[in-house]
Amino acid sequence: MMAGMAMNMGKGAIMDEFLMRAALAGAAVAVAAGPLGAFVVWRRMAYFGGALSHTALLGVSLGFLLGVSPELGVALTVVAAALVMGGARGVRGLSLDTLLGIVAHAALALGLIVAAWLDDVRLDLMGYLFGDILAVGWADVGWMWGGALAVLAALARLWRPLLSATVHADLAQVEGVDVRRVELAFMLLLALVVALAMKMVGILLVTSMLVIPAAAARAFARTPEGMGVLAAVAGLASVALGLGASYQFDAPAGPAIVVAVSLVFVVGVFRPKDA
Amino acid sequence: MIDRAAEPLLLAEGVEVAFGGNIVLRGADAVVRPREIVTLIGPNGAGKTTLVRAMLGLVKPGKGRVQRRPGLRIGYMPQRLHIDPSLPMTVRRFLELGGRARPGAVDAILGEVGAGHVLSSPMQGLSGGEMQRVMLARALLREPDLLVLDEPVQGVDISGQAELYRLIQDIRATRGVGVLMVSHDLHVVMAKTDHVVCLNRHVCCAGHPRSVSRDPQFVALFGAEVASTLAVYAHHHDHHHDLDGHVVHDGGDGHEHGEGCDHG
Repeated sequence: MMAGMAMNMGKGAIMDEFLMRAALAGAAVAVAAGPLGAFVVWRRMAYFGGALSHTALLGVSLGFLLGVSPELGVALTVVAAALVMGGARGVRGLSLDTLLGIVAHAALALGLIVAAWLDDVRLDLMGYLFGDILAVGWADVGWMWGGALAVLAALARLWRPLLSATVHADLAQVEGVDVRRVELAFMLLLALVVALAMKMVGILLVTSMLVIPAAAARAFARTPEGMGVLAAVAGLASVALGLGASYQFDAPAGPAIVVAVSLVFVVGVFRPKDA
Repeated sequence: MIDRAAEPLLLAEGVEVAFGGNIVLRGADAVVRPREIVTLIGPNGAGKTTLVRAMLGLVKPGKGRVQRRPGLRIGYMPQRLHIDPSLPMTVRRFLELGGRARPGAVDAILGEVGAGHVLSSPMQGLSGGEMQRVMLARALLREPDLLVLDEPVQGVDISGQAELYRLIQDIRATRGVGVLMVSHDLHVVMAKTDHVVCLNRHVCCAGHPRSVSRDPQFVALFGAEVASTLAVYAHHHDHHHDLDGHVVHDGGDGHEHGEGCDHG
C-alpha cells in the first residue's frame, strides 16, 4: 500500500523499496506487539513496559562498549531488566510503581552517559530514542519478522495459562498452572518485543505500540482473543497511516505512527454504541 | 454421616508462616475429612487466609507440614476476584478457563448454583452474589473432592448469604465433598459447620461448634455476649431458608420468624 502511494507520487523505485521495508518492519512489530500488549493492558503493566524500554538505551551503549551488536546488547539488557523488575516487590515501604520509576530513569541516564563516553562510535541517539524505521535494511526486516513470529508462536502456547493467571494468579495456581513460569515467559516475550519495537518507534515511544493498539481494540472486542487480533489490526493500520503521513507531511516516521495509533484509539472511544 | 476414620483429604500440622520476619501464624493444625465442613474463624489478621493459602500450597510454611490425600482434586474459591475492565470476558469463558470441563457441564453447574441467567454476561457486570455463585461454579467444574472457600459470602446481601450457605450444605450432601471454609459469620458457622477452628495467629480452640462456643478462649476472643447469643441460637432454631431466601419452618416451639428474617 505504501509502495503504491510512493509510485503515484512519482518518486521512483528507490523510495518505493525504502517505504516497503519500513512498512514490512512496522508490520512485524504491530502483529507481535498487539496481542502481547493486550496482556500488558489487562495486567496493568503499561508502566512496567515503559520502565523496561528505558533500560534499552543502556543495552545499546553496552553493546557498543563491549563490541557486540547493539541489538544483542538491547536484548540481553532488557531481558535482565525484565527478570529483575519482574521479581521485584515493593521495598521499604515504597511501591513497585515508584521503584520502576527509579529503575527506568536511572537506566536511561546511565545509558546516555555510557553513550557519551563511546569515543570511536558516533551513536545515533535520536534514532535510538525516537526510532529510525526508514533506515531499516532487508536484514533488519528479516530478523524482525523472525522475532515477531517467534513471539507469536510462544504467545499462542502461553495464551491459556497466561490468561488464567491474569484473571486470578492463585486460582490458576491451584488449578495447576505454573504461574511463576508462565509470568517469567511473558516477561521475556515482553523484553523481546521491546527490542523489536525500539527499531521502529524508539525507546521513548515503545510502550505506545504495546498499550495503545490494545486499548483501541477494547471497544470492539468481545473475547480476549478478539482483542488480541484487533490490537494487531489496529497496529497494522497505524503503521500504514503513520508511514503514509510521514511521507506526505515530512514528519518523523516513529512519532507519526504513534500519533496514528492514538487517533485510532480516539475513534474507538467515540464510536457510536453498538455500532 | 461423617466418617472420622476416613483418610483426611487435607491436613496441616504445626504450620508456621512468616512474612518478612513477622510470624503471622504459629503452630496451626487443621484437618478436613471427606464430607466434613470445617470452618476457620477469627478476627481480621488472625491468619485465616494465610492458613488456607498454606494448605493450598500457595505459601510455603516455614515450619510444619501440609499433606493432601494423593490425587486430591481441589475446587478453590478465592476471597476476591477482580478482573480488569479492559479484559473482555463472559461468565462462560471464565468458567471454561478452569480447564477440561465436560460438554454441557458449564451450563449445568451454573444452573445448579442458581446463576444460569448470567452465562453470557461480562464478568465485570456481576453483582456480589452472582460473582460468588460464578466462582463457586468454577470450583465445582473441577469435580473436586474438596472445596476451599475463602469467605464465600463476601459482598452478598444478608438474605443471599443464608442462601449461599444453604447451597454449600446441599453441595456437600449431594456431591459428598469436604469443605474448608473461612467465615466471619459466627451464627451460620455455629449452625452449619461440623468442625470449627478458631484462629488468632495460632489455634485458640477447635472442635464441634457447640463446644467451641463455650470455650473460654472463644469467649475471650469474641466476647461473652456473642458467645451466649450463639448458645441461644443453637437451641432456638426453628426454621431454615430455601434457595430463594424464604423461611421454611422446621416445626418445634421456637420463636416466630417473618419473611426476610436474616439470622437463619
